[in-house]
Amino acid sequence: MVEQTSGSPPHLAAIKPKAEVRNLNFYYGAVHALKNINLVVAENRVTALIGPSGCGKTTLLRCFNRMHDLYPGNRYQGEIVLDSDQTNVLSRRVDPIEVRMRISMVFQKPNPFPKSIYENVAYGLRVRGQSKRSVIDEKVEQALHSAALWEEVKDRLNDLAFNLSGGQQQRLCIARALATNPEMIVFDEPTSALDPIASGNIEELMIELKKQVTILIVTHNLQQAGRVSDYTAFMFLGEMVEFNETKMIFNQPAKKQTEDYVRGRFG
Amino acid sequence: MPGENLQEIRGIIARNKVWDAVFVIVGLMSLLVGIVTLLALVIDLAIDGLPRLSGQFFTSYAVRRPAESGILSAWVGTVLVMLVTAIAAIPLGIASGVYLEEYGRKNWLADLIEINVTNLAGVPSIIYGLLALGLFVYQFNLGESILAAGLTLALLVLPIIIVTTREALRGIPNSIREAAYALGASKWQMIWDHVLPYATGGILTGVIVGLSRAIGETAPLITIGALTFVAFLPDSPFKGEFPYISFAWLQAPFTVMPIQMFNWVSRPEPEFQLNAAAAGLVLIFMTLGMNAVAIYLRYQFRKRVKW
Repeated sequence: MVEQTSGSPPHLAAIKPKAEVRNLNFYYGAVHALKNINLVVAENRVTALIGPSGCGKTTLLRCFNRMHDLYPGNRYQGEIVLDSDQTNVLSRRVDPIEVRMRISMVFQKPNPFPKSIYENVAYGLRVRGQSKRSVIDEKVEQALHSAALWEEVKDRLNDLAFNLSGGQQQRLCIARALATNPEMIVFDEPTSALDPIASGNIEELMIELKKQVTILIVTHNLQQAGRVSDYTAFMFLGEMVEFNETKMIFNQPAKKQTEDYVRGRFG
Repeated sequence: MPGENLQEIRGIIARNKVWDAVFVIVGLMSLLVGIVTLLALVIDLAIDGLPRLSGQFFTSYAVRRPAESGILSAWVGTVLVMLVTAIAAIPLGIASGVYLEEYGRKNWLADLIEINVTNLAGVPSIIYGLLALGLFVYQFNLGESILAAGLTLALLVLPIIIVTTREALRGIPNSIREAAYALGASKWQMIWDHVLPYATGGILTGVIVGLSRAIGETAPLITIGALTFVAFLPDSPFKGEFPYISFAWLQAPFTVMPIQMFNWVSRPEPEFQLNAAAAGLVLIFMTLGMNAVAIYLRYQFRKRVKW
């Protein structure tokens, strides 16, 4: 049923897949941004996408929740299949809104809505038509607990989200993504706008969160990939160079390019 | 050597700063020209008009004897015409702006529409009057009525509201749109729950600018046949018996404040000039009052939204 993805070492067959990228090509107009990408995202694990700027890792990440559909001239080719029900999220027949309800996203810069802390977290539930105050209250509290923010904000849920610090705002965005129990969350360089302590909090949070949700993260920070991820994919110029367990990528990379990058010789 | 150098640098800085001083003076003078002229105008109006401002002035129709004359039909007419204008122009303008900015495809047709809408904002108002005379008064048979007048002014302010709505929407960062989409919001949910509320401050500015322009317009209303002497009030919109509301006033002939003023100014008796000044004062305060309400609302909205 599931064809072994080319180029991945045999011991990765043990992965319990959440999503599989198969022969994915992506075009921004005439620009061929992703070239024949194959990747397995393991369920309840953190998978990191690394590579130098412009290598296509964010482009790949944004394919997962069809963010590219928002702008004209973008074209997908190939599949990203969710294993649970064999849905190809890139299919034209699949509504991008449905995909985004299953796969949520946390952005590079914290982007809370200019509303209260409570309303930020509640918005995903409201979009789904939930209007029962008791249900929303409960889910908001749960999500804020999961995002390790509850203790800091429980007394000021009606404050504007902008009054929080940058790190708190990013955790609020994570809580917002968690509130609807998505199957997967994609993180686009979630700590690049944060100081080291706030970044550390987010990293710890991700390791905690993988128990309940599959995580795919783009990061520029190699140490961060090493700390948080179970699997790492190294991309270069729109191609998937190497995908393996994180410790293998960092300790015994199979390809010269990967080794040069993780040793800091370029990038 | 370093000391010499420092002297030189200080000399350069001093010379560079001369232009700061020059500009401050020029800028202040320019500002004063505007403010002083405006103040002189208002004060002059106030000196002539204030003594005429009394309860009687607001509750009397315009009659032949200046001292018994008033602006009852004019201010009621202005209020009702502006009501029609606001009800017609605000939803149409905002809906058009939202469509063009959020839904419309960005292609040559969109560019063409954009250029046209922007140009429409600059078309002389009498042209709108001619259009309205042909379209509303004769074609749609609305007659020389409050409805026709309100719709005419609505046409006039529509481009202003469309353009400012688009600008306000453009000011909302894309990251907010993406945040809403990422949670599974549909386009309409994204617009209704986020973009529109956050843009309300900017949109209100457009509405203020538009309505302030409309309230002072004379030419298009004269073109469609506004009366200059109106000695009756339109039918009341509220009724004692069911259904309690009536739209007969929409068909009533009317006059408005600037037309009443114009009419008084063009009469030979000096007493009528005083009436005109008083009416001018009232018109200014109507505009200021409208702006004040809108600025207050804008402040309330902006307080909650910052990037």
